[in-house]
Amino acid sequence: MTGALHAGAWWVWALGLATAASRTTNPLLLALIVAVAGYVVAVRHTAGAGARPYAAFLKLGLAVLAIRLVFAVLLGSPVPGTHTLLTLPEVPLPHWAQGVRIGGRVTAEGVVFALYDALRLAALLACVGAANALAAPARLLKSLPGALYEAGVAVVVALTFAPNLVADVRRVRAARRLRGRPGRGFRGLLQVGLPVLEGALERSVALAAAMDARGYGRTAEVPPAVRRTTSALTLGGLLGVCAGTYGLLAGQGAGYGAPLLAAGLLAALGGLRLGGRRSVRTRYRPDRWDARAWLVSGSGAAAAALTVWAGAYAPGALHPPAVPLTAPELPLWPAASVLLGLAPALPWTAGRAPAPAVPGQRNAPLSSSRRSRTP
Amino acid sequence: MIRFEQVSVTYEGAAAPALRDVDLTVPEGELCLLVGPSGVGKSTLLGAVSGLVPHFTGGTLRGRVTVAGRDTRTHRPRELADVVGTVGQDPLAHFVTDTVEDELAYGMESLGLPADTMRRRVEETLDLLGLAELRDRPIATLSGGQQQRVAIGSVLTAHPRVLVLDEPTSALDPAAAEEVLAVLQRLVHDLGTTVLLAEHRLERVVQYADQVVLLPGRGEAPVVGAPAAVMAHSPVHPPVVALGRLAGWSPLPLSVRDARRAAAPLRERLADVRPPAVAAPVETAAPVRPPRGLLRRARRAPEGPAPAAALTDVSVRHGHVDALREVSLTVRPGETVALMGRNGAGKSTLLRTLVGLHEPARGTVRTGGAAPHRTGPRELLRHVGLVPQDPRDLLYADTVAAECAAADTDASASPGTCRALVSSLLPDVPDTAHPRDLSEGQRLALALAVVLTARPPLLLLDEPTRGLDYAAKARLVEVLRGLAAEGHAIVLATHDVELAAELAHRVVVLAEGEVVADGPTPDVVVSSPAFAPQVAKILSPLPWLTVPQVREALS
Repeated sequence: MTGALHAGAWWVWALGLATAASRTTNPLLLALIVAVAGYVVAVRHTAGAGARPYAAFLKLGLAVLAIRLVFAVLLGSPVPGTHTLLTLPEVPLPHWAQGVRIGGRVTAEGVVFALYDALRLAALLACVGAANALAAPARLLKSLPGALYEAGVAVVVALTFAPNLVADVRRVRAARRLRGRPGRGFRGLLQVGLPVLEGALERSVALAAAMDARGYGRTAEVPPAVRRTTSALTLGGLLGVCAGTYGLLAGQGAGYGAPLLAAGLLAALGGLRLGGRRSVRTRYRPDRWDARAWLVSGSGAAAAALTVWAGAYAPGALHPPAVPLTAPELPLWPAASVLLGLAPALPWTAGRAPAPAVPGQRNAPLSSSRRSRTP
Repeated sequence: MIRFEQVSVTYEGAAAPALRDVDLTVPEGELCLLVGPSGVGKSTLLGAVSGLVPHFTGGTLRGRVTVAGRDTRTHRPRELADVVGTVGQDPLAHFVTDTVEDELAYGMESLGLPADTMRRRVEETLDLLGLAELRDRPIATLSGGQQQRVAIGSVLTAHPRVLVLDEPTSALDPAAAEEVLAVLQRLVHDLGTTVLLAEHRLERVVQYADQVVLLPGRGEAPVVGAPAAVMAHSPVHPPVVALGRLAGWSPLPLSVRDARRAAAPLRERLADVRPPAVAAPVETAAPVRPPRGLLRRARRAPEGPAPAAALTDVSVRHGHVDALREVSLTVRPGETVALMGRNGAGKSTLLRTLVGLHEPARGTVRTGGAAPHRTGPRELLRHVGLVPQDPRDLLYADTVAAECAAADTDASASPGTCRALVSSLLPDVPDTAHPRDLSEGQRLALALAVVLTARPPLLLLDEPTRGLDYAAKARLVEVLRGLAAEGHAIVLATHDVELAAELAHRVVVLAEGEVVADGPTPDVVVSSPAFAPQVAKILSPLPWLTVPQVREALS
């Protein structure tokens, strides 16, 4: 047992919490969801590779909150309100711009409504951030079906292209200073654009050569019949999924939508499974879907399902009205169902043997900062 | 194990073939060293072994290359992956995953090995290469030597019978290079792996080779033979061989150990001779340490000419890490200072601080009397110039001529200044070539000319000899000596102990951001096991550093 939980379990858990968050605008419930996600991250986060900082997502959430509020104040709000907080000077607009308002009366109701709305988005971001911090998306690759693996690697490599590009732009812009040119400004960016792209392209080609030399894309011989069945199943399955989804969304075809979707999914999965035969790849220490993974993903799914159900039995508690202004209350049962999301923080899910070398990585910055304090 | 039969490679659009009529056999379990000046087709030959030439690079391959009996014409690189492991020049370009353990497993996963075999081999390889401590570390956080070992490990796990390496030690400090070579030795001796490697820094590898393949020139037939026999006539050779040839030792020693045994008479002969100075003598360049305490602020500049650069108790932080700690350093006009130390010791940070790319957290930096991080780029150009580790960072235009014209405008120099400098540094750099298509040596010459166009009194170079062959290095030494004689102060950060010995008046050794040694070159390097050049090791305890010194004394 390695202690590393299946990456998929973390994502199911986080998406469950996100679903719960999307079903409510109650700020107390939303705060509870963010707190649950944050607590689990704090308890279970290991400084393993690829784990992105959780704080970045929290900051993004705060930025969303701020932007939404600024817009609500500047552009006004469709929510009718009686409590005027302040009145901004209104910009006169021509009649064809009717319905758009800049400045004017800012009501407490409008601001509160915008706040609730933005809080929901921020909570969603916090949930995704938690999944990202607990299991890097690249780790999901390990659980991808064989037929999709190579496409998955291509996506991951493409994703690392952007951060590398940013690092390159910084380096080359710094080097501009050495040529006696100011490093800032839009023109500066344009001038470094071409060398940076050339460099990035060179690196990509070098990586492709290295991957080729290491056996990326080796395939096994499969009989033509299997190949044809694979194509038929995959194509037919995807068509089924499209038609089924359309049926479900269109409303009229609800009768045949669900079975068609299910049949399409089954066929596509069969196609993927057969397609996997062409790939000779094996997996090194694949993530196992064990009891802990069931618990973690189950807790997220339960939180989602119970909150969706709560939407049916207590709609008022999940959506406290902004008009008239009332203090939101924390509804007991929905709060309890959100708290189910804390299950991954139980010591049992941490596994018996946590990954051994993690302290080594944690120690590196610690020890250096310790050194730095002694002059 | 590796067989080349009448192999010629011609790249598309090239007038002449990159390789012509190569016949070569590397038997199993040998460490074969590929040497030659830059641009003779070493990388092409290595690529032909792994099948990347011509399957990946394009071009036409005539003749036949077989590896472990497989013809590379009919086997693509991925189908050779189980017999050939390839590590390119830049290990970072080689990594597909982001942790050490996953990277070691990646190749085996592609080959479809069973899970328990993979697990066993990963553990074995972690131990073999001393990577066990690092198994969960993100690759980006490793040092250069560690990355190189991971890159080697990542191809070793597939148990290839042939290992192909392109300049595995060029980017490494001397200690890290030894680490990597020790690993290669072990593979050859214990596992019977066939290793084919190309390397410019022969002083590091030649004593380990069983066979040397010399490509004397572009399109010329390779010379294959025992290392001592090939080195006796090779145009590229390490200092130990140069000294052996000079002293007429036979058999020609390839390692410091063998040379020391043969050198007793030479040491006796040189015992009473004072070695000539490495370069133009300068007055004692002892570092000016400011007195501690209250008087520090009131301290006057030292007597004599104003220093080209002065750092006083400078600390630089990168995030939470102290990159430099209380570094004090003064560089005078006409002085050449070599900064040495292991990868990540703060050498580049020091250079970048001198051009104002880092603001010091504490202390003062002065280049030509100005604080570089507060000086505008146009003004700074006249005080200090830096040639970065990768000269490509400095080059933006799409032809050499355009680059030179831009440099003239940047420095408000008269048109043609930069181009004239390029020609004086290296005569045959074509005007119409794209800077990225130039050889390493040509590119360095161009970047150096671009920086010199503004005639900065202080010139900084970061790892200038990476990828340079001995001829290009010798030219660089000549050029830099000339500049120092004209009064330029030069600071170079380098892992190349031979370069430092030939060029520097003073060596400053950094470790963990602190200056641990600072003094005249002979004093610092002769006593150091890591930074002593080969001649110093052979003639120790005598303070001789370079072959030209000895040659001058003997003639």
